[in-house]
Amino acid sequence: MENILSILVFFPAVAGLLGFVIDKESARAYGITVATIEFLLSLWLWFSFDMSNAGMQFVEVIPLIPDIGVNYYLGVDGISLFILIMTTLMTLIGMTSMSITTNIKNMIVTLLFLEMTMVGVFVALDAIIFYLFWELSLVPMLYIIGAWGGPLRVYASIKFFLYTFTGSLIMLVGMLFVAYVYHNLTGVWSFAITDWYALVLPVNYQLWLFAAFFIGFAIKVPMFPFHTWIPYAHGQAPTIGSVILAAVLLKMGTYGFVRFSLPMFPDASVMAITPVAVLSLIMIIYTAMVAYSQKDMKQVIAYSSVSHMGIIMLGIFAMNAEGISGSVFQMLSHGIVSGALFMLVGVIYDRRHTKLLSEFGGLAAVMPKYAVIFGIMLMAAVGLPLTMGFPGEFLVLLGFYQVSPIMTILGGTSIILGAVYMLRIYKQSFFGPVTKEENKVLSDLNNKETWSLVPLVLIVVWLGVYPKPVLEPIDNSVKAMLNFMDGKAITQEAKDMIKVSTSNKEVN
Amino acid sequence: MLQPINVSLESLNLITLAPMLITIAGGLIILIIDLFNNKLDKSLYVMLTVLMLFIDFGAVLGLTVNERGFFDVMLIDGVSIISQLMVIGASMIFVPLALTSKRFHEYSYPEFFALFLFMIAGFQFMVATDNLILIFVGIETASLALYTLIALHNRSNSYEAAVKYFTMGALAAGFFAMGSAVVYALTGSIELYKVAEVLAGRINETGLMISIFGSSVLLLVAFAFKLSLFPFHTWAPDVYEGASAPLAGYMSVVPKIAAFVVSIRIFGMYIDLGVEWVRWIIIILAVLTMTLANIMALVQADVKRMLAYSSISHAGFIMAAMAFDTTEGNTAIFLYYALFMFTNLGAFAMLWISRHKKRRFNARYDHPYEKFSGLIKIMPMGAVIMALFMLSLAGVPPFSVFWGKIYVMQAAVNAGYIWLAIIMGLNSAIAAYYYLKLVVYMFLKDPIKDVDTVYYNISKPLMAIIGLATIATVAAIFYVQPLVSYFYYMISASGY
Repeated sequence: MENILSILVFFPAVAGLLGFVIDKESARAYGITVATIEFLLSLWLWFSFDMSNAGMQFVEVIPLIPDIGVNYYLGVDGISLFILIMTTLMTLIGMTSMSITTNIKNMIVTLLFLEMTMVGVFVALDAIIFYLFWELSLVPMLYIIGAWGGPLRVYASIKFFLYTFTGSLIMLVGMLFVAYVYHNLTGVWSFAITDWYALVLPVNYQLWLFAAFFIGFAIKVPMFPFHTWIPYAHGQAPTIGSVILAAVLLKMGTYGFVRFSLPMFPDASVMAITPVAVLSLIMIIYTAMVAYSQKDMKQVIAYSSVSHMGIIMLGIFAMNAEGISGSVFQMLSHGIVSGALFMLVGVIYDRRHTKLLSEFGGLAAVMPKYAVIFGIMLMAAVGLPLTMGFPGEFLVLLGFYQVSPIMTILGGTSIILGAVYMLRIYKQSFFGPVTKEENKVLSDLNNKETWSLVPLVLIVVWLGVYPKPVLEPIDNSVKAMLNFMDGKAITQEAKDMIKVSTSNKEVN
Repeated sequence: MLQPINVSLESLNLITLAPMLITIAGGLIILIIDLFNNKLDKSLYVMLTVLMLFIDFGAVLGLTVNERGFFDVMLIDGVSIISQLMVIGASMIFVPLALTSKRFHEYSYPEFFALFLFMIAGFQFMVATDNLILIFVGIETASLALYTLIALHNRSNSYEAAVKYFTMGALAAGFFAMGSAVVYALTGSIELYKVAEVLAGRINETGLMISIFGSSVLLLVAFAFKLSLFPFHTWAPDVYEGASAPLAGYMSVVPKIAAFVVSIRIFGMYIDLGVEWVRWIIIILAVLTMTLANIMALVQADVKRMLAYSSISHAGFIMAAMAFDTTEGNTAIFLYYALFMFTNLGAFAMLWISRHKKRRFNARYDHPYEKFSGLIKIMPMGAVIMALFMLSLAGVPPFSVFWGKIYVMQAAVNAGYIWLAIIMGLNSAIAAYYYLKLVVYMFLKDPIKDVDTVYYNISKPLMAIIGLATIATVAAIFYVQPLVSYFYYMISASGY
């Protein structure tokens, strides 16, 4: 099946369209089945993926608007493969654990459309197709936050939409300019990213374009000054919305940096290392402190998830194989762990209809299974060795140490800070005597919740102990990309900064 | 002794007049039928009009590119052919919107349809000539018919709209006449190709620049009225509000296409002559129009007025493309309108089906946002379709207007106006807010209890038209390529 990527993109969309006719009592089963099939398809993609090939695989090209160079162009490499699998997995798990009962059919249909756009973003190799899925993903999310969210849901959803929309329109101008430069040099219109890779742009062009793309991606990540939409989005979104938002939508931003900014503008990226690293550090430390002061459990998780996105950013701009591979791995771990944490907060919210930390205490006595899973995920979030959070974080710090030891030490403090606030909420809510009467009768995880969380725990432990099957293909593609960047860079600083691993060079 | 004028029929090339004659004959046929039997139903006239337009469409398609006719007054170039096709196409979508389930005043008169066909003839004359007098005649024929069509809606605010539009239109006509007079005084000709030749020879004469400046400013003001560009846009929201919803949608597309064609001919000439400030005035007007109209649209309480301001803003967006004076820029104008046409007419048609025959929704407005709150629960399909139109207007891919926007922005980048492309992008982001506002009302709010229903007017033909507009909006990605290559070919063939 050479066109498996198209199937992966359009299967949820078609299923979503057909979902309109499904009876609302059966909608949930329908959604879970479709998401399972989609997940299995993505696993199939993994098994038929050639691990030794660092380039794009399963490439499909169909000309759509040749006059302006827009092609339907899909492909997957080691970097996008696992993000894609994580996307389908988290959609499936999120859907399974979902506790929403009102308008369930609309929710299922919306989620399926959302899944199409998310998969589309990670497999698109044409900038316009990428942009198309990128923008389209805002619409279902707007609806999910706006229709099932908390009291401020409309404000939160519009803020989310407009913020991202504005950023991406500036990115669109950047894309149009790259296409224009490409046309000037070659006489052909093309929006294919792989064609754009071949462009060697002058440094001042690179800087401007890097800035344009940066705005689009940084808002999505969200980088420090642009992060103000996320507390609202997470605070108001229903559990499933937060899960998808934290697990997948934020990864679109960091993925964009790896896919567009680094290989297209290597010199500008190297020049941007310090500013980006400073912003990331602010993001790591500042949001960790904000997280510490939150009274709402979900806001703690939300801020900690933003804080960990800072580590991913730091890794991307380490410009060496350890940093970037670690970053991509950290994207996966962040997706699974923060997704799971949001689901866990949702579990307690369903029971008590409050997320305030002061309402809880001694939950470990009442809900042992819940406490165990929460504990494991918490440890993974702070990067405890033998959990999935560790290899990524370690590699990122290892990679960035070669750039700046001081900044790495500052970044390393985030792990400690992270441990502080995470352990604090764990201590407050799970240990000690049961403080509130209402909490004494809480029921432990039911089957549905257990079965959606246990696979995540298994993955977290498995990839914490033995990350190689995932890390290796990522590393392959990342090394190929770095080699390519090194060859393309114009300035000497960039060539010095971009570390190409010697072993890989010998192979080539 | 005077020689008798000897003109051979062949040299007149009367075929160039055929499309206009068909619509005029169609209008007359409708009037004659009414003379014999005045009890016929509107559906007959609607279908007759559509059929006439169908023949007209065929006649335009059959024209050969780059021909002149009728003492060289008619000019059939690529631009005139595609603009006529678009005018006729939009009209064919518009006319069946008369087939509502409720009876409305204007459609009970066959004169409505006759006037409508005359108006189309006017637009066709406007775009198929480069003679300033015939342009003037075309504008006036079309406008006078349009004023009457608005007034026929038979409500107090439609009279207000018609009179307002008439007054502004008369003012614009005055500016146009004065501008043409200055052009004639400068060059001794009213045919643009001759004007261009003469001006090209005299452009460097001292003291002439002030008159060239004067002529272009007068003409620019005239067209700024027609295109509702800032600061001459103030009539538009009131007129759109007073006119019936389909007519408002029609007005936001078809007269503007015609006016854009004439603007391309006139101001393209000035820019080609190297009169740089015409370009700059156009760019400044365009930026002001799109930005200010956007900001005004943010604060509207009525969806129809919001759409009115939004279409002003879209016009500003497209106006910028004219200033580039590249084939790509001009293609962008037509591509944008071809895509915008379906979406905008569809959106106005959605307002039309929600119009109560007599009652307003509240004391002031017919279509306030509140009317549509919770539409997803009342009429799920309608809400989804309206949301698609709104997202398309906001420029969310892959819906139709996005492709127009990206083409305009690409043209801006290619012409070296990257800052303009960024302004366009930011404006799209502002615009997204008010389009989203309607989506939010429809999807995220609960219906207001005392509204019994909001689809009074729905009927099969209206559903068919809205369905067509929806398909055109959603499936744009598949027909943009043939559209672009056809437009580009036609426009480059006519030398713009």
